[in-house]
Amino acid sequence: MLTFTIRRLVLSVPTLLFISLVIFLLLELAPGDPMAQVPLTVPPEVKEKMREALGLGQPAPIRFWKWLVQFFWIEPQVMIDHYFGTTFSQGDLRVISWQTRSPVMDIVIQRMPQTLWVVGTAYVVAIFIALPIGIYSAYRQYSWFDQLGTFISMVGFSVPPFFSGVLVIVIFSVQLGWFPSIYDTTHVVDSWDSFVYQLQQMIMPVMVLALQITAQLSRFMRASMLDNLNQDYVRTARAKGLSEYVVVMVHVLRNSMIPVVTVIALGIPAIFGGAIITEQVFKVNGIGQLLIGAIQANDLPMVQTLTFIFAILIVLFNLIADVLYGILDPRIRYD
Amino acid sequence: MTELSNPIPSKPPRSQWLDVWDQFKSHRGALMGGILFLLIVATVYLGPFLWDIDATHIDIRARNQGPSWAHPFGTDQLGRDMLARMMAGGSTSVSVGLTAMMLALFLGSFIGVVAGFFKRLDGPLMRLTDLFLALPLLPLLLVMMLLFREPLNAAFGPEQGIFILIVCAIGITSWMPTARIVRGDVLAIKEREFVLAARSIGTADNKLITRHILPNVLSPIMVSATLGIATAIITESSLSFLGLGFPPDFPTWGRLLFDATDYLQQHPERVFWPGMAISLTVLSVNYLGDGLRDALDPRIRGR
Repeated sequence: MLTFTIRRLVLSVPTLLFISLVIFLLLELAPGDPMAQVPLTVPPEVKEKMREALGLGQPAPIRFWKWLVQFFWIEPQVMIDHYFGTTFSQGDLRVISWQTRSPVMDIVIQRMPQTLWVVGTAYVVAIFIALPIGIYSAYRQYSWFDQLGTFISMVGFSVPPFFSGVLVIVIFSVQLGWFPSIYDTTHVVDSWDSFVYQLQQMIMPVMVLALQITAQLSRFMRASMLDNLNQDYVRTARAKGLSEYVVVMVHVLRNSMIPVVTVIALGIPAIFGGAIITEQVFKVNGIGQLLIGAIQANDLPMVQTLTFIFAILIVLFNLIADVLYGILDPRIRYD
Repeated sequence: MTELSNPIPSKPPRSQWLDVWDQFKSHRGALMGGILFLLIVATVYLGPFLWDIDATHIDIRARNQGPSWAHPFGTDQLGRDMLARMMAGGSTSVSVGLTAMMLALFLGSFIGVVAGFFKRLDGPLMRLTDLFLALPLLPLLLVMMLLFREPLNAAFGPEQGIFILIVCAIGITSWMPTARIVRGDVLAIKEREFVLAARSIGTADNKLITRHILPNVLSPIMVSATLGIATAIITESSLSFLGLGFPPDFPTWGRLLFDATDYLQQHPERVFWPGMAISLTVLSVNYLGDGLRDALDPRIRGR
């Protein structure tokens, strides 16, 4: 298991390097010029200096190497400095956003909590709804509950978030006026009333995201339960006289959770990056919104860093899912 | 030899596709999904011949109208007929969905078959697939839209250019699941006796693939085709919704929805129609795929 993990970790390094190269080369083709916004009155030699300050004007391989150094060497140092008060990174040039002229990672850290709160809550809510639905629909296969669950998850698959989001805004905030349609990220929770307000503004985005995630997870849970319910060991457990609750909730559930846990792990990168559209609909200024803004403003360092962070998360959680699968299922041996 | 004493079969032989159709018919959701999808496709392509108001015709005096006989879905803020716009938008969205699906399917099947059939290429091609799966797709799609819009617009005109761009972008970023499934099936089929038999009489590799392997991996390809349409339509609408898809005067369902969100308070029904169209199309295609999967699986058939 350990050798497998180490081998995969080592293999993921060239993968990530290649991905970062692909992203870099893609962005290399971008037509935009970061100096386009600078007034025409600025003399050309000053412009040239500004260009150099942004790290432009050098050949592409050098800029790629510089970006790699900044991302993998300087940014971790900044983080260590921040936590331990050391001064490793003093004077080093960090990855600078063209939009705000401030370090990209600082902005990412600022935006992270909003995304984590909204999308993370949705994920947790979805897991708690999806698992019981999946278990019960599999246990009573082809019952009305199962049919209804299938239909709802099909709807959850099919309704895109930009429609369901707008729809709940129309219903709950335009017609009924229960919840605010815009997520206010400056809101500080310091009293009961502000906590209630926070809940109110979180309900709609969480609802929209949770519907999608629930649809996928409950399908998986159901399929996995169905695979196990007809196994011999279930018959043995029943023959031993165990109660139906113990058979289903202990024997079958434990075995069916194995693939579901890995699917849950695989979905976690989406928490950080995938909710781009939902964040856009509800004006949550999280990571996804940051990316859209950066793309529209032609802020290439920001786009590159964000896309690469998403890629790291995907690779990392793929690895975690594989390792989890090996740990949970003793029949799987990678070595 | 008693089994051979009665060589005349009692029933006429049934073709495989008749069996598939029988199984498909018994899945009511799939049948309804299929009919609904055909209906939507027929409406968006043939509807403009019956409803001959131009989708881009501006009648500023008749703006923001509610549903009436002259305009069953009402008109928008410039007085353009919503029904005509819905049909025009639908034909774009469905065309993008179908074309992108075909591109993704072609790429996926090609890579899957090649990786499964030629052992030497299996490793590199599957690493490539894993690599593509590790890419953050929606951000990359957005970046691609940003980068290649101008050159393609210049080369093919604004509508053709963006169409080619969206189809290629969706196709290139969604072939991986098909490739994986097809490769797995090809690996299993390659070891079967009929392939060995074909090889032993000297069949060339390309004939072996087209005559013996491809027909046998058709069912997973068809299922991923239906699911591919659904993803392509949703992706195209998401791009349009984020403002990085088709130009504003060129309606698609996603674009119509995006434009309508500005008038959410006054005219919520304008959001409803395109959203409903997208959702119904995707829902019908998903049910269709579900039914196809069951119908094409001989282990389930006959239950």
